[in-house]
Amino acid sequence: MALKMVKGNLERMFDKNLTDLVRGIRNNKDNEAKYIAQCIEEIKQELRQDNVSVKSNAVAKLTYLQMCGYDISWAGFNIIEVMSSNRFTCKRIGYLAASQCFHPDSELLMLTTNMIRKDLSSTNQYDAGVALSGLSCFISTDLSRDLANDIMTLMSSTKPYLRMKAVLMMYKVFLRYPEALRPAFPKLKEKLEDPDPSVQSAAVNVICELARKNPKNYLSLAPIFFKLMTTSTNNWMLIKIIKLFASLTAIEPALGKKLTHPLIELISSTSAMSLLYECINTVIAVLISISSGMPNHSASIQLCVQKLRILIEDSDQNLKYLGLLAMSKILKTHPKSVQTHKDLILACLDDKDESIRLRALDLLYGMVSKKNLMEIVRRLLGHMERAEGSSYRDELLYKVIEICSQGSYQYVTNFEWYLTVLVELILLESGSRHGRLIAGQLLDVAIRVQAVRTFAVNEMATLLETYPVTAAPNGTMQEVLYAAAWIVGEFAPHLDGPERTLAVLLQPKPVAGHIQAVYVQNALKLFAHLVGEAVRQRDGAAIERHCQMLAEGLRSYLSSADIEVQERASSVYFLVVLLRESLGGGADQQHAAAPVTDGGLLELTPDVPGEPGDGGGEKARVAPDEPVAIGSSGGHYPGAAWDEIEQIATDLQGLFGSELNPVAPKAQRKVQLPEELDLDEWINQPPPSADASSADGGSSDEDKFPLFLTDGGRGGGGGERETNGGGDGSRSYKRIEYTQEELDKMRQARLLEQTNNPNYLKPAKTKKASGGDYHQQQQQQQHDCYDDIPIAEIALEVPLQIHSTKRSDKYLMDAERATRVFVGKSGGRKEKGDKSGKKSKRRGKKSKRYSDESDSESDDPKPLHVVNTVIELPEGAILSDTEDKNNADPNDPHRALDIDLDAPFEDDYPQEMKRKAANQRSVMLLRDGDGQTAKTNRNPADEHQSGGTTTTTADSKHRSRRRGTAAATDRSDEQQQQQQMDGGGAGREKQKKKKKSAGKERPDEADAIMLMIDEETPAKGRTTKEKEKRSKPPKDGVAADEAVEDGDVKEKKKKHSKKSSKHHHHHHHSSSSKKSGYEEMPAQSLGGVSKDAI
Amino acid sequence: MIKAILVFNNHGKPRLSKFYQYFNEDMQQQIIKETFQLVSKRDDNVCNFLEGGSLIGGSDYKLIYRHYATLYFVFCVDSSESELGILDLIQVFVETLDKCFENVCELDLIFHADAVHHILSELVMGGMVLQTNMSDILARIEEQNKLQKQEAGISAAPARAVSAVKSMNLPQQIKDIKLPDLPQAIKDLKF
Repeated sequence: MALKMVKGNLERMFDKNLTDLVRGIRNNKDNEAKYIAQCIEEIKQELRQDNVSVKSNAVAKLTYLQMCGYDISWAGFNIIEVMSSNRFTCKRIGYLAASQCFHPDSELLMLTTNMIRKDLSSTNQYDAGVALSGLSCFISTDLSRDLANDIMTLMSSTKPYLRMKAVLMMYKVFLRYPEALRPAFPKLKEKLEDPDPSVQSAAVNVICELARKNPKNYLSLAPIFFKLMTTSTNNWMLIKIIKLFASLTAIEPALGKKLTHPLIELISSTSAMSLLYECINTVIAVLISISSGMPNHSASIQLCVQKLRILIEDSDQNLKYLGLLAMSKILKTHPKSVQTHKDLILACLDDKDESIRLRALDLLYGMVSKKNLMEIVRRLLGHMERAEGSSYRDELLYKVIEICSQGSYQYVTNFEWYLTVLVELILLESGSRHGRLIAGQLLDVAIRVQAVRTFAVNEMATLLETYPVTAAPNGTMQEVLYAAAWIVGEFAPHLDGPERTLAVLLQPKPVAGHIQAVYVQNALKLFAHLVGEAVRQRDGAAIERHCQMLAEGLRSYLSSADIEVQERASSVYFLVVLLRESLGGGADQQHAAAPVTDGGLLELTPDVPGEPGDGGGEKARVAPDEPVAIGSSGGHYPGAAWDEIEQIATDLQGLFGSELNPVAPKAQRKVQLPEELDLDEWINQPPPSADASSADGGSSDEDKFPLFLTDGGRGGGGGERETNGGGDGSRSYKRIEYTQEELDKMRQARLLEQTNNPNYLKPAKTKKASGGDYHQQQQQQQHDCYDDIPIAEIALEVPLQIHSTKRSDKYLMDAERATRVFVGKSGGRKEKGDKSGKKSKRRGKKSKRYSDESDSESDDPKPLHVVNTVIELPEGAILSDTEDKNNADPNDPHRALDIDLDAPFEDDYPQEMKRKAANQRSVMLLRDGDGQTAKTNRNPADEHQSGGTTTTTADSKHRSRRRGTAAATDRSDEQQQQQQMDGGGAGREKQKKKKKSAGKERPDEADAIMLMIDEETPAKGRTTKEKEKRSKPPKDGVAADEAVEDGDVKEKKKKHSKKSSKHHHHHHHSSSSKKSGYEEMPAQSLGGVSKDAI
Repeated sequence: MIKAILVFNNHGKPRLSKFYQYFNEDMQQQIIKETFQLVSKRDDNVCNFLEGGSLIGGSDYKLIYRHYATLYFVFCVDSSESELGILDLIQVFVETLDKCFENVCELDLIFHADAVHHILSELVMGGMVLQTNMSDILARIEEQNKLQKQEAGISAAPARAVSAVKSMNLPQQIKDIKLPDLPQAIKDLKF
């Protein structure tokens, strides 16, 4: 044996160890990959040997390679082998490797359960310690469930080192297995008062993490934390406690008053900056929570802000950063007090440190008002020009938009200014990632602020013309062209030079396909507008000119590689052809032009990729789309050509006629389901099973499962299409044929429903030939109060180049001039207003609303334009944010940990049972224990008879039952075996235990028994307590009751004494439990008792 | 919670990586690389906090780092940790390393990455701070090293001897010898 070992060692000598590996890699710098591949081969060899030392050496090397970026999960099994070694050295290497490469989803983990359990109960505390450290990195749900009891046992180990680690470990267990929180909580609470400060610190740490997400469940611990805060000297723990108080005080302002004094004491006594800073932070939180109710506290907030200013002005950059961070907390509730320090924060924007600049930017967001928005944005724009680093500039851009758009643009008074800023941003930062955001803003403003629409449209026309399209590698700024094109097309009547803009849209530009598609679509809108205008003026030549222009311009789009662009272009193209033909048919002189167009078409078709074939084929394809085209292709027109053209023009405009209203983002979701609609019902009878269709192999998927069954129905009187598949007679769909009368009736009904349906975008009731008039009417209908909004003069001559001084500055200067004038003028008026004007204002007319507002908001500038806040929503629905909060991050494990820990324990027992029945797989070991005790609890007579031993038998019963259920779940065979073995062990333990309990003596060293008792601690502690309580009521209760239940009471008292002796024993074992833990319970357990008594 | 602890040198070579949330190896390398890029372009006289680690966590997370000679010690933490507290913790970590390796330098971290991990595991466990008292930490490390030595005992002696001989043969060893002016020596080496 010894010889073998020596031999093994001799062989091992010549293996590379970790140092050799590292050195080798450094020596083979040029062919590192090759060298490492060679090393991995060697490692594989070593892993095949039996000697654990060789294996652990190999695993140690693998751990190093893992850091270098090599996947070592293939060696998972070997790592487990090394972990299971008896030698601490190897175990340590194994657990380190495991912590680096295993993760909760590793399948190998299920092999480790019993090994880890063994390590946790090792007599060497460092074996258990290493196991806990490793486990904390890769614990899975299964491991949490299986090992929760073992870790809980370690929480009351005699060794502080293990207690500390076990307490921290429990947090990881809670995250993966929330059911463990409830039973483990009393013990965790107990650890807050552990004699060892490290264990205390660990417990504080765990509770702080738990309370961070669900603070309200931990409010009851405040007294304990308060005591710790005033007595402890461990700075780390104090910081944690103080941070915890900051989150607790937010939900319980009364706590704040108690906290202020000790906090201030700490602030004056501590020398640690970290602690000092957290104290200040919590004081701020306290002040905020107090002052949110009463305005008088703003003075103390002011004081805090002053102190923070000192921090921010400090030369230490860390303090400056933290000062700004704390300031942002105040900003949320007291923006006014922070706003006075605007100078300081703007100065921080010029700091060389990016972290500080970003913090300052965050603060700016909350500091803007109607008055200072323009100035702040101007400074940001100036800053952006100078700033280095595209990501930071991008961040700035984002902030500018965020600042302006917050609260539905509540601080933007002049939207012409805002649009100008947006355009400046576009030109300033062509490589930005926020193109989509800017595009969204452009669309939003153009749609929602009607007053500024004309300005917006012309600005966009200029942008389309001048925007230099360059292929930015990863920028998305091109997206603004999407928005610009849409705005120009949709609001064409506002355009100054629509023809010119149409030409711009038709110029081929190297932009992305989806933008080109919008170009084409909006060229059509523009065209429709132009034709409409021309028709009204009876200008045939103009129509022809527009047609010519569009047809010419579409050429490049027709040959686009993007299918969407191509399709839209060809649709538009044939629409134009149609129009020209009808035009040609009307005016005799222009007959000559028609063949040319046809020729153009013939010429064009070969250009269209993916659509081979001659012109005739092309026409045939078009025919079904445009039924009129068939009639017109012959050129036989009845004389009234103008009528025809006019008809086409109005139809064209009708396509884009109705106003688009903004729709609330969640509108679709909020549409309520009509009562008569059953979404689960078949609309059409389901087709016969698939085997029928297997007969015809040739038919396509669409034939088999027609997606749009209603298509046929929409054909109106077309009864000729009986079957959908055409050739295959295997299936025929029943088609109801409507007579014309029925159709009319249905149409009437539908129209009626549409008028009553608020979700339906109704067409205008009075349709006029002019699109512009129509738009205006629409506006007037919706916003009757529109007249009183001053409409600024439109800048007709939009400069093509950016000036050295920004265009947006003009608005700022205007505004400043205006306020100066305003102040000068209103000086007298204001005084009057203050004294006597209030009453008169109150009964002021509606039209005075704006001046009212501006006065109340301490002479904020008047908004020039109003944002349309009317957004479409289904009837009865309201916009709310609550949904968002509810489904915020469904993966957060803390959601499951939101458990009311103060509620009586048994209350959720039936629920648990239900859940268990529903989900047999997630066996709740810990809760099982409670269940058992709860049952015994409900059967007091039985318990009384069997006395002190009841719990122990129940214990073992519960144990074996659990084994059964655990085995029932589909685990590996190995594990099952192990489980059974354990079961045997449990049996033995049970016997031992019976003996011991008979002897009424439980020596401390009986670890196994301790394990069992501790398992029961949380539940039992409570139940015994309750029994004590239950025996009490007769004492303080009604005398009559006492008389009746006299005998009963005696019995109960007996039981009580027994119980309490057991209780005592129990305490004896868990070394650190204190009486004070029980003294806090009465209120809760009383609640439990009264329920039980009923 | 601490999400990750990274140590890398001025060239971005990882010397220690500890992730308390699972990332695969490629992702880990990418995180190290990006963190290095973020941290290395910052001057020494700016603050030790860094936001915008988009790769790891999101807005709730920030990087807190310290730069010692050739090494960056970076902790990625969420808002439950105190910024200055973590800076102190980094200091404790480095001082502990210094005590354990007797004047720690980058080479110690290179050749004893495992030992560094063991030391770290006495400070931080599963992303939560375990112990901040340096004498306690040192005592624990000492005890575990003793345990390891006991186990090695006589059986490991030949292996150690061979290892020493192997080391002697290597010319590289000369390069690695600690010189009085260590920072300079490290600079001359190319990693």
